[in-house]
Amino acid sequence: MLRFRQQSVLPGFGIAFGFSLFYLSLIVLLPLAALVAEAAGLGLTGIWNIAVEPRVLAALRTSFGLAFLAAVADLFVGFLIAWVLTRYQFPGRKLLDAVIDLPFALPTAVAGIALATLYAPNGWIGAILAHIGVKIAFTPAGIFVALVFVALPFTVRPVQPLISEIDRSLEEVSATLGASRWQTIRYVIMPMLSPALLTGFALAFARSVSEYGSVIFIAGNLPYVSEIAPVLIVIKLQEFDYRGATAIALIMLALAFAALLAINLAQAMRRRRYGHA
Amino acid sequence: MQSFPVGASIARRRSRSSRRSAALRQARAFAAALALLAASVHAAAAQTSLLNVSYDPTRELYADINPLFAADWKKTSGQDVTIQMSNGGSGAQARAVIAGLDASVVTLAVAVDIDAIAEQTGKIPADWQKRLPDNSSPYTSTIVLLVRKGNPKHIHDWDDLVRPGVQVVTPNPKTSGGARWNFLAAWAYARQKFNGDGNKIETFMTAMYKNVAVLDSGARGATTTFARRGIGDVLIAWENEAFLALHELGADDFEIVTPSISILAEPTVTWVDGNVDREGKAKAAQAYLEFLYTPSAQRVIAKNFYRPVEPQFAAAADLARFPKLHLVTIDKDFGGWAAAQKKYFAEGGLVDRIVAAAHR
Amino acid sequence: MGMREAGKAATAPESVTTESRLARAVLIALAVLFLAIFLILPVLVVFSEALAKGFSFYLTTFKDADAQAAIRLTLIVAAIAVPLNTLFGIAASWAIAKFEFPGKSLLTTLIDLPFSISPVISGMIYVLLFGAQGYFGPWLTAHGVQIIFALPGIVLATVFVTFPFVARELIPLMQEQGSADEEAALTLGASGFQAFLTITLPNIAWGLLYGVLLCNARAMGEFGAVSVVSGHISGLTNTIPLQVELLYNDYNFAAAFAMASLLTLLALVTLAAKTLLEMRYGDSLATSSRL
Repeated sequence: MLRFRQQSVLPGFGIAFGFSLFYLSLIVLLPLAALVAEAAGLGLTGIWNIAVEPRVLAALRTSFGLAFLAAVADLFVGFLIAWVLTRYQFPGRKLLDAVIDLPFALPTAVAGIALATLYAPNGWIGAILAHIGVKIAFTPAGIFVALVFVALPFTVRPVQPLISEIDRSLEEVSATLGASRWQTIRYVIMPMLSPALLTGFALAFARSVSEYGSVIFIAGNLPYVSEIAPVLIVIKLQEFDYRGATAIALIMLALAFAALLAINLAQAMRRRRYGHA
Repeated sequence: MQSFPVGASIARRRSRSSRRSAALRQARAFAAALALLAASVHAAAAQTSLLNVSYDPTRELYADINPLFAADWKKTSGQDVTIQMSNGGSGAQARAVIAGLDASVVTLAVAVDIDAIAEQTGKIPADWQKRLPDNSSPYTSTIVLLVRKGNPKHIHDWDDLVRPGVQVVTPNPKTSGGARWNFLAAWAYARQKFNGDGNKIETFMTAMYKNVAVLDSGARGATTTFARRGIGDVLIAWENEAFLALHELGADDFEIVTPSISILAEPTVTWVDGNVDREGKAKAAQAYLEFLYTPSAQRVIAKNFYRPVEPQFAAAADLARFPKLHLVTIDKDFGGWAAAQKKYFAEGGLVDRIVAAAHR
Repeated sequence: MGMREAGKAATAPESVTTESRLARAVLIALAVLFLAIFLILPVLVVFSEALAKGFSFYLTTFKDADAQAAIRLTLIVAAIAVPLNTLFGIAASWAIAKFEFPGKSLLTTLIDLPFSISPVISGMIYVLLFGAQGYFGPWLTAHGVQIIFALPGIVLATVFVTFPFVARELIPLMQEQGSADEEAALTLGASGFQAFLTITLPNIAWGLLYGVLLCNARAMGEFGAVSVVSGHISGLTNTIPLQVELLYNDYNFAAAFAMASLLTLLALVTLAAKTLLEMRYGDSLATSSRL
């Protein structure tokens, strides 16, 4: 649109960009460079050897696997909640809408002790589940619950504005042409929402992979079972194996970076194609 | 695109006033903070302060001892001293000191953690353990089993921990000093039982770790998991932690089981020469640790459920709480911490092997 | 696109563009149930545990000198970290939203990166840099500068962890608003700074405020990264979340949850402020973004 031509009129790019880059370098890039430099001492093969250690592999599988499952769960629940909050009117809707951001604002350690208290066998929910023989706290399921909690806003928020922007006349057309409500949702609405759903999913995944504070209180930390990758980093540090620790950190970092870059590129492409949306 | 809707201009006015008051609030908070910092700097100049970097379970102990020492030091030297505490997992604390935490004294769970500081920073001489009496351990403890009231799973000795269906809670030997003592105590039992047959000992230990329900990173976390969250049938714990748990969390809910054999757990203390020399606190730091061996400190030590090295100074009632049991020691039975660390706890050591065999 | 709905949840009952009454009821019930169990119950637990020993005990928690020191330190850290990240957020979103330049996706990704870095790693990298054995360690020691295990280290770790919050809030907002208004102001003779102050800032004010609030809540609540660089000195380098952990480890559960309830209250106030903001800023956004 017009933006492209007019952009050069605006001043301040130099100072804004310069400061951003300087600050970014100082706070994020420099420390990360130190991390890379430390791990680089191992060489690529050294890092690879650590990555495929059975216990590291198991921890990465736990971290990334449960993050993936939690993101999938949040994708469905997030869509449901976004839909309900945007499309339906019911008492308490505003309140629920505000509550969605709670995992953003609530410190993760507080969430961790609260969830552990809630889901322990003697907690409010844990006691109920204990009756039917289900254990949540201190099992991989506990990690899953914590991750579903922290990542929920990421799958609700990007979807909400898109749902409210949907042109209702398209749904009418679809209905007039004989589509059932389900078919309309499946074939007309979902394709429109899919970019936002994807964004939400990827953000939820990235957030879950990095989560520590809430997980550490509710995970059983059993090696090969419920041990997450950051705990292994702590163990490596304990053995004064700084290189090993930074190697695991680097592996996690690379995977997270790839996920985020993919989303941002996808979004940039979408913006270029549809204008700003 | 409208540029100046009426609503936005109202919003603008509102936002400006709210911004101003937010800025004002922040400036006020900041000024208060600065004043406070200035005050604390001023206070620091008037007296000495020592930083005691310790492991988790000593919190209550030093909370009792510190004021006693401060009064004593005031009397003997005329100087006011405040003692700051830093508590955490023993290994993590050692790492912090190595990374530059300005510890005056370190009072950690295992000697090997202090060895690491000595080795990596050179701030402590290698023969530090000879500088104070009793291997620099002013108090000792041992490892016991804490079970639920009435002992519903009939746990009486280490043997019972490998039975199928018994859930064990112990911290991770890789991150917790206490857990390393736990591991060695169980090992000592198995070694006696199987006459030193390495394979059988390893099978026994693997079976025990197979029963572990939660592997917390520290001793306190494990106690909380067992006592507060109701996980597991038995907690392997420091004797002092087990007593404290009874004391703090209810004697009606748990009971202590003393195994037939255990290990003499020797937490060690030393001052960090590299830090205290620079700050001219060496005298106070050394006096602080020597104070731990005095009658009044030994009495407090026994009161806090640690076994005093000079029991004659402790109250008889406190001593009566400690059962007599067969204790092996790290130096005589495991060849000292350096050797034990390498054999059992280092990367690729026995712990790694046992844990891998138990959970994979 | 003339006939678009106003973006609000306008529902004509039983029209073809909504679900059956029963389906709606079921879906609403599901959403409410999920949110109640997953989000609201944990908050209730915090307050229930905090008040387990009664309200007067709850108040005593905050009379403790160490607790007060932790609150003070947390306020100081937030007072430094939040303005820094706010400044950065404004600068970064101005550059990213109003200009086209190569590598923009990369820059945006780098800004997001602290989001997806485990706090253990965030703390560790500062130890690698500024620890006694780190890259700058020897120099710092020689000059008597303490960063790790002191206020600067805690501030740095907090800045890192809360780095993306303001920028993330502002970038999409500014992108959506475009730059036609500013350009018009410039052609009318305003200086660049005037244009920013009188046009951009009012347009983003509410988004900015929410970003700042969220950044603040996270800054005060950060646990993992701060735990690595704090040194855990009671009354000196313990922030509120670390004090929560300490009390929790002291078997002082009611006090731990009481401290935690401070942060929970902060979170609730943040959300309430956001909701209030949205009621107004939502409208102003709607007017400015409607094409």
